[in-house]
Amino acid sequence: MIETLLRRLYFSLVALFLAAPLIVVAGVSVNERQDLAFPPKGFSFAWYGQIFSDPEWRLALIHSVTLAVCSAAIAVAIALPLAWFLWRRIAPWANIFQVLGLAPFILPPVITALGFLSFWATVGLFGQFFTAIVSHAIFFVTLPLVTLSLGFASIDRALVEAAATMGADDRTVLKTVVLPLILPYLVSGYAFSFVLSLNEYIVAYMTIGFTTETLPIKIFNALRYGYTPTMASVSVFFVVVAALVFGAIARFGDIRRLLGAMSSDSN
Amino acid sequence: MRREAPRSLADYTPLFFPGLMLVVFFVVPFSTMIAVSFFKRNPSGFYTPDFVIDNYARFLSAFFGGVLGFSLMLAVLVAIGCVCIGFPFTYLLTRRSRRVQTLWLVGLLSVLSLSEVIIGFAWSTLFSRTAGITNLLVTIGLMDKPVALLPTFGAVLTGMVYQALPYTVLVLYPALVRLDPTLTEAARTLGASPVKAFFNVVAPALRNTIVATLIMVFVFALGSYLLPQILGRPQHWTLSVLITDQAIYQSNMPFAAAMAVFLVLISLALVGMTLLVGRRENAL
Repeated sequence: MIETLLRRLYFSLVALFLAAPLIVVAGVSVNERQDLAFPPKGFSFAWYGQIFSDPEWRLALIHSVTLAVCSAAIAVAIALPLAWFLWRRIAPWANIFQVLGLAPFILPPVITALGFLSFWATVGLFGQFFTAIVSHAIFFVTLPLVTLSLGFASIDRALVEAAATMGADDRTVLKTVVLPLILPYLVSGYAFSFVLSLNEYIVAYMTIGFTTETLPIKIFNALRYGYTPTMASVSVFFVVVAALVFGAIARFGDIRRLLGAMSSDSN
Repeated sequence: MRREAPRSLADYTPLFFPGLMLVVFFVVPFSTMIAVSFFKRNPSGFYTPDFVIDNYARFLSAFFGGVLGFSLMLAVLVAIGCVCIGFPFTYLLTRRSRRVQTLWLVGLLSVLSLSEVIIGFAWSTLFSRTAGITNLLVTIGLMDKPVALLPTFGAVLTGMVYQALPYTVLVLYPALVRLDPTLTEAARTLGASPVKAFFNVVAPALRNTIVATLIMVFVFALGSYLLPQILGRPQHWTLSVLITDQAIYQSNMPFAAAMAVFLVLISLALVGMTLLVGRRENAL
């Protein structure tokens, strides 16, 4: 009895810790006037409209979404053939590419960002928008690579064997058996990269920060020159997008498995 | 389909695009950065090719030693704090129903994916004088008037624990969720209280996982580049903040690159250690 109570208290405290700053930001975002006040004075959703109506915020939003959509697509395009090859072939040296795919995510982000900055500056393309897309694709390739590797590991090889016995060649097997089976993992991999790219600051800043503003860059710049409630409404917008995307993954896939609840080599 | 070794060149085709992208846009930039760390600073542009070790020699200054010592100390505190909160929490979470677990995982992922900019902004609001937590304390009569709780070391530490806690839980989750439940059942049958079973059976059984997680969170915390800047004073800046500052505001790319190379070496050594710890656990 007392244990249940203590456990509930512990869970509530962790939940409060995680939610408190977001609650305050949500409160601030509905202030009627341009105040940094909590509890909010008055109530207005105007600052949410501002994200879409103010030309600067809207432009930053468009940049961010374009960046996330494109870079996540490239990340998946890199991860899919790589994961397929690693699953299909015995080639120990090819694991080096897997390590390369995991490295940008494990190292402190500043390092990857600085690597991109020196690279794009050296080849003379510094500041072009597409450099951020490529950089994000490499930076986040880890996520689809991990989800897709899990997806391939979950495929029952007997199924593929059966298709091959019936005369299907590699291409047909890939299209009719493998791809449908790993589709949920592909979608989750895309979604993870999409959300993280949307939120990413340092790589975007070091590649295109001097010429273009994405939403996180815009928030940081605004933070340095003073406060507007739009920053709060944008932050809430980010939390909602992340919760919706991960909620959808949980709803249509098995998020516990994706996060390692089941051993990936169980079959 | 059985796994087979590639026989012809055509079998390597799937590797072509990923290999090309990773080499051109990761290996080459990384090598460029290492090269730049030996270049000379050029105040009018980025840098001029050269081979000097001045950038590394600057590490020997007292200022750099101070920043390095502070970064390591801060990362250690964050790692210990996160594991202390996160380990019992994750253990209890894995004993809950799948539905509860899923809900928490979605929440944790949402917080984890948040930009450091947003986390910094949110905590700076929470710690501010006008919209902060002290207003609450004033309302319930515990304080006379609201005060600003930042910039302080406590604010930096809180922000970084907030940022790293979801990461900690997600790193611990696979090991704890796969933990054999009969382990605790046996302890309970033998008369241990749940708390005792947790500390005497679960925690020792996962000693290596805990060590590996501490190191992972430590590396994660070393990477924090904005929170010390938003929530702290200049003396609270870490190596990551300093690298950003040198690269962007002081336009001293070679020095920034040298510091980055140094940070890579620390991180790689630590990640290597976690792999070793993990291997020992599997061998047991």
